[in-house]
Amino acid sequence: MLKYILSILVTALLAFVAGLYMPWWGIAIAAFLVSAAIPQKPGFSFLSGFLGVFLLWEVLAWWIDNKNNGILSQKIASILPLGGSSLLLIVITSIVGAVVAGFAALAGSYFRRLLFPLTPPETV
Amino acid sequence: MKFVPFLISSAITLIIIFALNTRWGPAPAMGEFLSPQHGFWQNAEPIDKDYGQDLQLPGLKEPAEIYLDDRLVPHVFAGNEQDVYYIQGYLHAKFRLWQMEFQTYAAAGRLSELVGPKALNYDREKRRLGMVYAAEIALAEMEKDPVTKSETDAYTAGVNEYISHLKESELPVEYKLLGYKPEKWNNLKTSLFLKFMSLDLAGYEKDFENTNLRSILGYKVYNKMFPISPDSLEPIVPMDTIPPGIIVKAPKDSDSLYLQNTDTVSVSSTKPDRNNGSNNWAVSGKKTKSGAPILCNDPHLGLNLPSLWFEMQLSCPGFNTYGATFPGAPGVIIGFNDSCAFGFTDGMRDVRDYYEIKFKDESKREYWFNGKWVPSDFRMEHIIQKDAPEFIDTVAYTIFGPVMYDKSFSGSRKTNNKYYSVRWKAHDPSNELEIFNKLNHAKNYADYQDAIKYLHTPGQNVIFASKNGDIAITAQGEFPAKWKRQGDFVMPGTDSSYMWQGMIPQSENPSMLNPERGFVSSANQLPVQPETYGYYLGGDFLLYRGITINRYLSQWNNIGVEDMMKMQLDNYNPLAGMARPVLINNIDPSQLSAEEKKYYDLLDDWDLHNEAESKGATIFKITWDSLKSIVWNDELGKAGIQGYYPEESTLLEGILKDTAYEFLDNINTPERETLKQDVLSAFKKAAATCKMLESEGKITWGKFKHTHIEHLARLDPFSRLDIENGGGEFSLNAEKYDHGPGWRMIVQLTSNTEAYGIYAGGQSGNPGSPYYDNFIDNWAIGKYYNLWMMARNEETDKRVKAIIRLTN
Repeated sequence: MLKYILSILVTALLAFVAGLYMPWWGIAIAAFLVSAAIPQKPGFSFLSGFLGVFLLWEVLAWWIDNKNNGILSQKIASILPLGGSSLLLIVITSIVGAVVAGFAALAGSYFRRLLFPLTPPETV
Repeated sequence: MKFVPFLISSAITLIIIFALNTRWGPAPAMGEFLSPQHGFWQNAEPIDKDYGQDLQLPGLKEPAEIYLDDRLVPHVFAGNEQDVYYIQGYLHAKFRLWQMEFQTYAAAGRLSELVGPKALNYDREKRRLGMVYAAEIALAEMEKDPVTKSETDAYTAGVNEYISHLKESELPVEYKLLGYKPEKWNNLKTSLFLKFMSLDLAGYEKDFENTNLRSILGYKVYNKMFPISPDSLEPIVPMDTIPPGIIVKAPKDSDSLYLQNTDTVSVSSTKPDRNNGSNNWAVSGKKTKSGAPILCNDPHLGLNLPSLWFEMQLSCPGFNTYGATFPGAPGVIIGFNDSCAFGFTDGMRDVRDYYEIKFKDESKREYWFNGKWVPSDFRMEHIIQKDAPEFIDTVAYTIFGPVMYDKSFSGSRKTNNKYYSVRWKAHDPSNELEIFNKLNHAKNYADYQDAIKYLHTPGQNVIFASKNGDIAITAQGEFPAKWKRQGDFVMPGTDSSYMWQGMIPQSENPSMLNPERGFVSSANQLPVQPETYGYYLGGDFLLYRGITINRYLSQWNNIGVEDMMKMQLDNYNPLAGMARPVLINNIDPSQLSAEEKKYYDLLDDWDLHNEAESKGATIFKITWDSLKSIVWNDELGKAGIQGYYPEESTLLEGILKDTAYEFLDNINTPERETLKQDVLSAFKKAAATCKMLESEGKITWGKFKHTHIEHLARLDPFSRLDIENGGGEFSLNAEKYDHGPGWRMIVQLTSNTEAYGIYAGGQSGNPGSPYYDNFIDNWAIGKYYNLWMMARNEETDKRVKAIIRLTN
């Protein structure tokens, strides 16, 4: 359980750092590296990648939106079109990032199995 | 087999990333667009954002400061003038980069690069009119002059300084949505922007429509529908006859070959629209409360977001000016300095004419001119199209100018097999930047006179007032000296006889300094009484606002700033003032249903002011338009013209003078319709429309007129489509559907200048900023801001919200 929570937090942190220096898909690399480094079952790897970036993007978007009083998100949510709902836009933003990170983490976890086939059984 | 799950999960990841990194149709690439650290979220500015910063700009010669006030107006204090323009370029880019680049894409006919083939016709029209050709010629003039050369170079360097340090996450949100990146700025782009303004202000013509009206209805009828000047006339300069410096003569055959010509051309079914207009006036100290002159200006151009205007103060030792600037060009366009104030209204003269060209064959290599075949020039226009191959337009150039319309291109007009060259004054060499530079520096009337001689196109009524008490106006520009009706119709282009014979000497431009009446003014009307002037004025002049301005200013004395505000915001409808009695007197209420009678009473009781809540204004407008279509549509229809009507004054003066005005008759019916019949049927139609509007809750003027301010890329959520305000076409407060007094300015030239102004927009071009549209609500209800000419020692004033300190 600890490893799981650790993975989520480290993914979020590394994805944030990647966002500062890399294009948007840096989140995939972050999630991949974290799950390759911290042994977990593939399903849990996926979840920790998914949740790590979901949380990161959710918090970032919510924080930005809050400071902006929703001025821009309402307009973008009308263009996209999401009926002008800032909340929906924040959720969709987070899910998009989360799905990318989730699959990248899954790939990372299988990558670890290729490299270290004899590591102790993964536990949660 | 252990690598299979790895390969599958990796492939899925890559496919998802690829899909999210790609644009599908018009949608942005979603991965980047939604990323809170890269995409649009980065454009959501904190509402309490601190704009203060310390910046190192290597292009600066000396350190400088920018003080941003509570409305985000930058007050620039630089060490020298080149630095001023460098910083202006930097700030225009910082706040308006997408807009300034988009406008030059539009000017250069490059929108297809951004949106694909749907913009091809728009682009070809700009290319074939010679927009880039004109901008290149103007650029050469601009760069010949050391003053404007160093000014534009500095401005361009400032814009590029901003662009070169722009991180992708900081790109304006429109780039992220449309999926492209800014190019480097250059001096040609500034020139293109100025040509874009020339097109807007000196590009209006309806030569093809007029040609058909003349050819089909006959010159005599045409002349009655489109008389050269209205009976009631309040010219800008009431001037005595002066002998013209050059004598223009109509070609000998002009009567038979031109005026009585019956050749028709192909015209479009879309109506040419004329929406630009403006007011300006200056009142002498003799008539003001303070004893100092007051200058007012409100240009009525297209209302868009981001706004055409950007407010700034520019200063360095020996130079200090404030006003509305154009993102895309250096200097202040409409504003004031420590000695004087200046402003513009459009001159409305016709400086764009067409000539029919006879080519030897379809290759367009040679055309017949003055009795021999003459070789044409060609200009290849490469139009890059998004998602489609490049389009190459080969445009032939004759002695008149580019062949704009031919078999391959008819624009919004319909193709026929003829060739038309366009002769446009904006193609001639001139350096308009110089007038702004000189006006920004002007100290007195002599400086004003020196400045305005650089304005060739677009012709403008340039108004001026100075602290030493002078007020002046000049109908300025370089205008072709034309014979009567020259250029109103398409002209023969097989010899030189129909060419422009010269330019009116600038000394003969109507001008007025300190007139006895104590004010000067203009509102797009005729510059002088046509009979007293040695040249044909052509053009499309507006009548009613000018009459209203002169009536107020001649009646009033002891005028204060608040009176000037009242005038700029005046919603009185002068057309209705003159036309309503004719309507009311010609309707027999006994012939109306109870419903119709209700609207009749509303019209009759209306106070003649186009207020937002007024119903009478809507009823009048619909009734008058309905009368116009009843009176004119039969003639216009015969000539195949839609939606382009004779002037309001022509119909009004016609029916005021003569109840049997000849055009009241519908030429398609055997009977002869009378004024009473036409007015009654116009009113009945209007009443039916009003009933429908009322059921939709749209009968009040504000809801009916429905002023809207559209984003330049027509993105509705970035637009303001919901403005309910008063005013209208004929009122001084000319707030129309999508045009209006976008910038209102009042400057009282007391020793401490007292200035007020507002524009319909906001300083930031970022739709994610609270400063994007924060002036609009106040603009719509007619509020003004204090325009603060900041002094260097006022750094600690509470209006200063942020300081940007610049070092080199």
